[in-house]
Amino acid sequence: MAAPAKPRRAAVIGGNRIPFARANSTYAKASNQDMLTASLEGLVARFGLAGEPVGEVAAGAVLKHSRDFNLTREAVLGSSLAPTTPAYDVQQACGTGLEATILVANKIALGQVESGIAGGTDTASDAPIAVNEGLRDALLALNRAKTPGQRLKAVARLRPGQVVPEIPRNVEPRTGLSMGEHMAQTAAQWGITREAQDELAVNSHRNLAAAYDRGFFDDLLTPYLGLTRDQNLRADSSVDKLAKLKPVFGRGNDATMTAANSTPLTDGASVVLLGSDAWAAERGLPVLAHLVDAQTAAVDYVTGNEGLLMAPAYALPRLLERHGMKLQDFDLVEIHEAFAATVLCTLAAWESESFCRDRLGLDAPIGALDRSKLNVNGSSLAAGHPFAATGGRIVASLAKSLQEKGSGARGLISICAAGGQGVMAILEAA
Amino acid sequence: MAGAYAGFVNSAVGTRLARQLGLPRPVRLRRYAADAPLVEGPVLVAGLADAPVAAHVRRLLAGEDIDVVDAVADGTRIGAVVLDLTAVAEPGDLDLVRVVLAPAVKALRASGRVIIIGADPSSATTVAQSAARRALEGIARSVGKELRAGATANLVLVADGAEANADAAVRFLLSGRSAYVDGQVVRVGAGAPSEPADWARPLDGKVAVVTGAARGIGAAIAEVLARDGAHVVCVDIPAAGESLARTANRIGGTAVQVDVTAADAGQRILDAAARHGGLDIVVHNAGITRDKLLANMDESRWTSVLDVNLGSILRMNEILLGENGIRDGGHVVLVSSIAGIAGNRGQTNYAASKAGVIGLVDALSVTEGLVRRRITVNAVAPGFIETEMTARVPFATREVGRLLNSLSQGGLPVDVAETIAWFSQDANAGVTGNVVRVCGQSLLGA
Repeated sequence: MAAPAKPRRAAVIGGNRIPFARANSTYAKASNQDMLTASLEGLVARFGLAGEPVGEVAAGAVLKHSRDFNLTREAVLGSSLAPTTPAYDVQQACGTGLEATILVANKIALGQVESGIAGGTDTASDAPIAVNEGLRDALLALNRAKTPGQRLKAVARLRPGQVVPEIPRNVEPRTGLSMGEHMAQTAAQWGITREAQDELAVNSHRNLAAAYDRGFFDDLLTPYLGLTRDQNLRADSSVDKLAKLKPVFGRGNDATMTAANSTPLTDGASVVLLGSDAWAAERGLPVLAHLVDAQTAAVDYVTGNEGLLMAPAYALPRLLERHGMKLQDFDLVEIHEAFAATVLCTLAAWESESFCRDRLGLDAPIGALDRSKLNVNGSSLAAGHPFAATGGRIVASLAKSLQEKGSGARGLISICAAGGQGVMAILEAA
Repeated sequence: MAGAYAGFVNSAVGTRLARQLGLPRPVRLRRYAADAPLVEGPVLVAGLADAPVAAHVRRLLAGEDIDVVDAVADGTRIGAVVLDLTAVAEPGDLDLVRVVLAPAVKALRASGRVIIIGADPSSATTVAQSAARRALEGIARSVGKELRAGATANLVLVADGAEANADAAVRFLLSGRSAYVDGQVVRVGAGAPSEPADWARPLDGKVAVVTGAARGIGAAIAEVLARDGAHVVCVDIPAAGESLARTANRIGGTAVQVDVTAADAGQRILDAAARHGGLDIVVHNAGITRDKLLANMDESRWTSVLDVNLGSILRMNEILLGENGIRDGGHVVLVSSIAGIAGNRGQTNYAASKAGVIGLVDALSVTEGLVRRRITVNAVAPGFIETEMTARVPFATREVGRLLNSLSQGGLPVDVAETIAWFSQDANAGVTGNVVRVCGQSLLGA
């Protein structure tokens, strides 16, 4: 048996996504499988992969129907990829797409596969609805019943009130607080102003609109169901307009978070094509960037020891230490805009001497980030945030941006996720 | 074949009525299928004097196991007649047309073919020869109008010394590939044609680019080029990306979302072709219409149509036909329009662009660098083709558009695509500078 190959860096060859739609709008009747398949189809067409297998496809969804137990494989079977392409589902809340990328990249790095596709899809419109827990208990008992007597007993347990279904809510199961309420607490702790949040949101829209205008998304996006651009995008967004909105999260004077500086509920899907350099070269495919490294972290938000969305702040120093880098060494930084306040809290934490010393155990603060490097082509506030689709969107866009910067340019991705988790990765232009 | 009229005259009552009134009755045209014979039934091959092209045609047909006959036996039907008149020297020689074609035309099967072979009048050495050679065009076009049941008549003009180069043209005109090509003149000149290993895949190993490939005629072109063996880089505007991806995946091609008017369009297309080893065939199909009477034509309608349909081709060609662009022996095919030949009310901008395309073919086909690199440049000019676009034309206009041609029906996108695929064959290397109408011999632009 041959010795395992020496790890190599996985190449980011390209990506594809469908435009993101506002929840209950254009994609209201599209399922996760429809959208993931559409994303795959655009990628297959872009890279001429029809009829060909890839090493594996890893993708997932956060809001997932029970019937979608094999979502990614079903999407592969519905696509033009060879049916001999294996696939599996991944789920790490909003970190799903990036985590899937890391998984596929690691298999490529170890020589277990030569190519792969990573991605994610989510729909807030076609969300699963579960039956009431009492009804579910009764129905399962009915299913187990073997005699007419047992059946009658199970049916007798049914109550009129049980017809009320359980619609999934955007809350943390262990605190009962919505993500927005959690973030509002953290934003208040860090003293993040309304103005700073609105400014960040406006920049997101402006940067995304400018990217569309210069054709940046021509080879990153395939229209779907008549939508050719992200539906949430407001190119004419301004701080003055945003200042008129009422807060939706938080209370009293501390309430700074509005519908505009909070990420909207969105439907969409994205995928990224990864491969070894050799696989790409054989097919004459361009390599945009390599995945250098990745790091996840989690925080104890349940006891209130740390904010729900602050885990990326903890992941960064581990990544920097492994590569002897500083935050300021990156040419581009992508921080997922779960909320404008998330980005601002994370940046403030890295600048804080006490946070970096007491929480991260560092001798000196990580320091400030040159804002001109941040989310240069817009991010979730403008594009929208179909949970599992965000990672693929960011990986493909950043890889292309880094390639435009020139060989060796480095970029950092930071994505916070429910459950107090964070996923980070470093890309380097090929 | 579609349309309310066609449906009616092919119904029980309609058939009888049409016969009594002498109305045209469109038939389902014979179209290409890889497993069908080149032509159905025996082929009559005749000629004047030494008839140099006829000899090649006999060999071609023998290779396809098709019976060749010298005369039509009583009560038999033939699939086609090929009449080699390259040797005509004076008008008196033309009587052979009457002698041969009169019985042949009567014996012609449905979707039969009449192919007249002549020599180029411009290279005639006497006035009488020039007149006689030119007369063949009038004959072919008139015969085309007399034929029934999907049969067509076309003229092939062979340059002196290029007799061996006419094979691919004859093969095309005999086959179902030319179903909607009628009353046309194809000029065959010098060049070094090379036969494909497999006539069912004449474009095997080639890399082709088709602009405007998301739907309609463009999608059909991509499909036919892929069917003939080429890897097709399908190009369309980013907004059409969803159907573009569908086209590309259906044929195992590659999709490039780029507006042909973008400054970097040529380079991005070339890069995509380079991934597959290089570029052999360029089909400029992308086009738009912004119809308005000239009196009401605004600047944006005018300039956008001219820029998309003509300007973009000139710009992209600088890259696509440049030093690192299309390979030697490659083929460029442009999509003109019958409107560019005949003009069309409310389409001054469109007609300008499509006539311009013909001017582009005229100039490029004699450009020294391209000639040296053996690159052929031709155009098709579609007539009434059944597409999403023509489906939106008002009912009466649409029915008239369908009927005003010798085949009494609209063509299909695949008919345009077949002619383009034929222009793209290395076996057809002797054909350059041609504009072939795919119009069923439409009364417009004849």
